[in-house]
Amino acid sequence: MADASYPDDRLYHAEHDWALIDPSDPGLATFGITWFAQDALGEVVFFDPPEVGSSVTANEFYAEVESVKAVSDVIAPLSGEIVEVNIELADKPEGINDDPYGDGWMVKVKLSDPSEADALVDAEAYRSSLA
Amino acid sequence: MPAPTLKRTSLFDSHKEHGAKLVPFAGWEMPVQYETGIRAEHVAVRTAAGISDVSHMGEVETSGPGAETFLQRMLSNDVSKIAIGGAQYALLCNEDGGVLDDLFTYRLAPERYLTVTNAANHDRDIAWLREHAEGFDVEIVDALDDYAMLAVQGPRARDVVQAISDHPLPGRMQTGPRIIHGRSALVCGTGYTGEDGVELLVDPADAPALWEEIVRRGALPCGLAARDTLRLEVCFHLYGNDLSIERGPIEAGLGWACKEDTDFIGAETVRAIREAGPTEKLVPFKLTGPGIARQGNAVIGGGEVTSGTMSPSLQVGIGMAYLPAERATVGEPLAIDVRGRTRAAVVASKPLYRHDEETDG
Repeated sequence: MADASYPDDRLYHAEHDWALIDPSDPGLATFGITWFAQDALGEVVFFDPPEVGSSVTANEFYAEVESVKAVSDVIAPLSGEIVEVNIELADKPEGINDDPYGDGWMVKVKLSDPSEADALVDAEAYRSSLA
Repeated sequence: MPAPTLKRTSLFDSHKEHGAKLVPFAGWEMPVQYETGIRAEHVAVRTAAGISDVSHMGEVETSGPGAETFLQRMLSNDVSKIAIGGAQYALLCNEDGGVLDDLFTYRLAPERYLTVTNAANHDRDIAWLREHAEGFDVEIVDALDDYAMLAVQGPRARDVVQAISDHPLPGRMQTGPRIIHGRSALVCGTGYTGEDGVELLVDPADAPALWEEIVRRGALPCGLAARDTLRLEVCFHLYGNDLSIERGPIEAGLGWACKEDTDFIGAETVRAIREAGPTEKLVPFKLTGPGIARQGNAVIGGGEVTSGTMSPSLQVGIGMAYLPAERATVGEPLAIDVRGRTRAAVVASKPLYRHDEETDG
């Protein structure tokens, strides 16, 4: 678990989730949880991935992560249809701790309403919400 | 931030120095894990040595000419069998045979016993003992503040402590005073991890120096989370999860720690349940697919999970559950309702993890 970081290239949801809008396709985004979320959770030992093709709704949960001590819902920052899940996490859930913005990505979503991104905040605003 | 009313052990500053994540636990602010993480802590105890601050656990000293007779009436096991310098596990039961606490008792002298309580039960235990002491020539002292307790556990734990002890350490289930790193300690050959090791009862003022020396000699600081995964892999009961006032020792599989002929409080109920056979039994289980069952999850068709986690050694979900007695047999397939999703499991034999088994974890 590296030091706290909140990359500037993505958007943040108050429930400690991030969305990275595909630079070449504003209708496609990758979701994951923030450094703060994985740190609060502790070592993740289980990730229950959703199914490709299922839909996700902004502000509602779409997956579960479990640490040694607790289970948490993962909240969708934006709405859409899941087009890819990070199946690597099924065998290596610790990727969520080791690299929450890289190997720890959870799903890729074809957005149903890209304008929902206006409700998310940038890294600086998210960082200050944690202070 | 934790409420200011939480109690702190004398090792609080040491925990902070070692990067502990501190959480409220049974009225105490305790380390749940350190910087290295739960998995590393767990593995250290399974393969080398770990040290845990368990100073939140309480101590009760019972002494006097009536000490043995009194404890025999209070504790479920046969107290007369504890030799001087010996240790024994027992339950404290109420009249209905419900479990008030599970505890280790050490006999320090012919008429002097030290009993270690669970933090959450300590005050109730003390009150219960005092309430029943009338007519016995016995003195009951709440010794919680007199001791810090360090659990040093793992295959290398004894070597680490032996190197700073003035005499050979007491064996398993034995206890005795030693000078450890220049400080007086009551050394107990007991633990809660399934590994060899010792528990040290020391003056709280001496605990930080002992902690640092034992860490310096190679024991990894381990928090409560690793302690929980370690104990569950070897099916040791946790009060509040697997034991409660609502259930008795026979149901919990602790009939071996009950000697009804000693006429302890609750013995009649325990005897009746032993003879008739319990209607439910605590069993260990392993998940056969993905998922982790947790305390409170229902077993479909009857039963309840009382402890559950992901086993760091076995890399599967494990736990313990109370099941209707007719289903409590090894190999019985189970379906557990984990927050609305059915997870497959199987009743396993005790312990879930055995030290000599190689695992691919």
